Amino acid sequence: MKDLAQQLEHSPLRSAERRNNPYRDDKVIDACSIFGMMDQNRRLFTGNDIIEASANMNERVNGLGSGYAIYGLYPKNRKNYALHIMYDDKEALKWGSKYIGSNFEVIYDEEIPMDNLDKSKQLPIMWRYFTNIDVDHLNRMEKEDYMVKKCLEINTSGRGAYVFSSGKNMGVFKGVGWPREIAKIFRLEDYKGYLWLSHSRFPTNSPAWWGGAHPFAYLDSTVVHNGEISSYGANRRFLEMLGYRCTFQTDTEIFALALDYLLRKQHMPIEIVAKIFAPQRWNDIEKMPTNEKNLLRRLRITYGNLLMNGPFSIIFANHGLMVGLADRIKLRPLTAARKKDLFFLSSEEAAIRKICPEIDEVTHPQGGRPVVARCNEGIAS
Amino acid sequence: MLKSHRLPEFNVYIDTDTCTVCKACVIQCTFDVFSYEKVGNMIEIEESKCVDCHRCMIFCPEKSISIIPNPVQYRANASWNKEIIHNIMKQAESGGILLTAMGCDKPNFNYFDKLLLNASQVTNPSIDPIREPMELRTYLGSKSDMFTIAENDKDPIIETSESPHLLLETPIMFSAMSLGSVNINVQESLAIAAVSNGIYQNIGEGGLHPKLKQYANHIIVQVASGRYGVHKEYLDAGAAVEIKIGQGAKPGIGGHLPGEKITEEISETRRIPAGTDAISPAPQHDIYSIEDLSQLVHAIKETTEYSKPVIVKIAAVHNSAAIASGIVRSGADIIAIDGMRGSTGAAPLVMRDNVGIPIEMAIASVDTRLNKEGVRNKISIIAGGGIRSSSDVFKIIALGADACYISTAALIAMGCTVCQKCHTGKCPWGLTTMNPAISIRINPKMASKRVSNLIRGWTLEIKDMLGGMGINSIESLRGNRHQLRGIGLSDHEMEILGVRPAGS
Repeated sequence: MKDLAQQLEHSPLRSAERRNNPYRDDKVIDACSIFGMMDQNRRLFTGNDIIEASANMNERVNGLGSGYAIYGLYPKNRKNYALHIMYDDKEALKWGSKYIGSNFEVIYDEEIPMDNLDKSKQLPIMWRYFTNIDVDHLNRMEKEDYMVKKCLEINTSGRGAYVFSSGKNMGVFKGVGWPREIAKIFRLEDYKGYLWLSHSRFPTNSPAWWGGAHPFAYLDSTVVHNGEISSYGANRRFLEMLGYRCTFQTDTEIFALALDYLLRKQHMPIEIVAKIFAPQRWNDIEKMPTNEKNLLRRLRITYGNLLMNGPFSIIFANHGLMVGLADRIKLRPLTAARKKDLFFLSSEEAAIRKICPEIDEVTHPQGGRPVVARCNEGIAS
Repeated sequence: MLKSHRLPEFNVYIDTDTCTVCKACVIQCTFDVFSYEKVGNMIEIEESKCVDCHRCMIFCPEKSISIIPNPVQYRANASWNKEIIHNIMKQAESGGILLTAMGCDKPNFNYFDKLLLNASQVTNPSIDPIREPMELRTYLGSKSDMFTIAENDKDPIIETSESPHLLLETPIMFSAMSLGSVNINVQESLAIAAVSNGIYQNIGEGGLHPKLKQYANHIIVQVASGRYGVHKEYLDAGAAVEIKIGQGAKPGIGGHLPGEKITEEISETRRIPAGTDAISPAPQHDIYSIEDLSQLVHAIKETTEYSKPVIVKIAAVHNSAAIASGIVRSGADIIAIDGMRGSTGAAPLVMRDNVGIPIEMAIASVDTRLNKEGVRNKISIIAGGGIRSSSDVFKIIALGADACYISTAALIAMGCTVCQKCHTGKCPWGLTTMNPAISIRINPKMASKRVSNLIRGWTLEIKDMLGGMGINSIESLRGNRHQLRGIGLSDHEMEILGVRPAGS
């Protein structure tokens, strides 16, 4: 592993895809724990509970990657795109800052404060930029397209710069370590949000590097994922046909990009997207009332290549929205729970009970049935 | 006639110790290899006529007949081998084009056998098809780019209009075999098998026989360069219409059904006089360019009132990718690509064995090109020509096809032994002959059972392979080249196929 790391340091190809998948395997494979917590009244809370819950699932992971996404993070700059970018070194930082400066209007930028817990190791440089897109005549959709395009460009630039998140009033913090370690390194006790996602991983074929940890985010959308998608090749090809580039070569990124396409570009409701990712069986579709049958049939015909086949459970978040979904035959665990205004999604029920022993309602959703929670709304499944 | 300089290709022996002189061989052989000699009560053998079809051996009650390739060889010469020498001799005797049938029989155009499949281990579970549902249902047709979904009384409704599709319960269909290339019993057998398996039969360019009308929901009708039997009712009858531009066995040339095969029955469906040669032109004479194709596609759609998908079939040739891209823009719903190992009822040998490219290469390059141009999802792709097994079906879908066409395999299921003599009209198994005395050897009830069994067997095998990969729906295999690895292929070949070497 050390040799490989050294080799990478001297490699001119420091783009995310080379970095995340140095053995050039088909894709990166890992097992994981996932956790999500949302206050449906948008009250801000610290990460103490979610860190505790994630640490309770250490059995599922091996300390080679953890991460958090926080919504409601930057209320003062809520109108700016907050870019969280990791840099390999100062040279990369110089390049990245110049690139950001020439493509965006930068309102404010700073180094993300970090504590180095192990002085024998060097931490990567983390920087955040609050930006506007000051390109004339772009409507909202075009501005968002512009942002996605720029993120993909940075990740594939080979300059050693990697965008972790690019949404408004939200941010992703992730790196190599156990859930508690990463929380400490990023001083997460200083942050508050109304929606938190966490993820810890057990990678099998990816070196421990900071960019490989979850969550994966584009604009305001964030995904954490547990599982392996056997249809990866088919899904990836379809997304590439649409002009996307899979810069990290992981299943999770496939979810992030597919969600970007279906939710943001095609304006589909999340319930419909769930039916594309994990559709009902043809036999079941045939038995449905005409309208529903036609809808599901056509979704499968048109978006068959976005069916996510293989074991997965995901938590997807956007402002005011948290969704859990497991594959059609539920080969990965997913639990949903509610305590008053707090809504939880987790790989394990034990993790929820660890921080909230008395829950009002708990469900283990069937494969392919999304659990959707919106702010100021109850659990709808 | 000039004396032939060729020795017989096969030696035919009858074991006189066991032969009862029942004359079954005399009746069964349509090439007149056997005749009964009253004097001496024995069977005479004229082995130069033997085509090695095995009909006599199978039907000899005493199993007294054996056929072996003639062991006599010419002096060893890698360049001037037996086949080359014999072809020259045949042409020196006849002065004509060498005719043959079935698909290219040369060994060096096969990539299926050099592709290996993946399976799940540890990090994702394989799925057991005996215990879990496996979905092979496939829809063929064009798909919309954008979807507008409206909420209507809480029920989401798709506002985007829908184009017609073919529904296949397993991604296999019967490739075009016209009435004339095969007889009505074969067509009916395939139709019955298509209906019972929820798939489709393409009836080629010979028109629609009245007997087939009851199966029309599972029939694809063809519009080829000869336009035999094409009229509004014909176009309306089928589930889809296929415009045939070319055929893998003979790209660039038309069809030729010899007058000997134009019986009264064929004459009626083709709408041509009995006994005349049916010669389909090389090109469609109203299609000299892509915009002409577009006009024909739309003419057919207008005629059938946009009720069924239009397929455009081309032979796999060097610039298939560019042509396919044009076909997408012509308004067609489905592209069928026929590889160079595809079969034919009759073709010049020189065309069959030298023109075109293998289907694996064609599908890989077409799928890649359409993907790059962002139009792959607008159209469905059918691959044909050289698909021999469930694993070939599986691999071609992983390379990018939606479904495949088979014909040789279906004929073999009914008795064909690939003796490559379809063009003679003498098929001893009763498949490609129009002689009613021989074609009764195919009983549609029995023959369709064999074909159905084959489709069922392949379907089960496809489910096994899918489950092994941890996939439970065929659409997750389509274009999923990550599940393939190449072995014994050059870097360039793997680049075109879009696969990586085994072990990487």
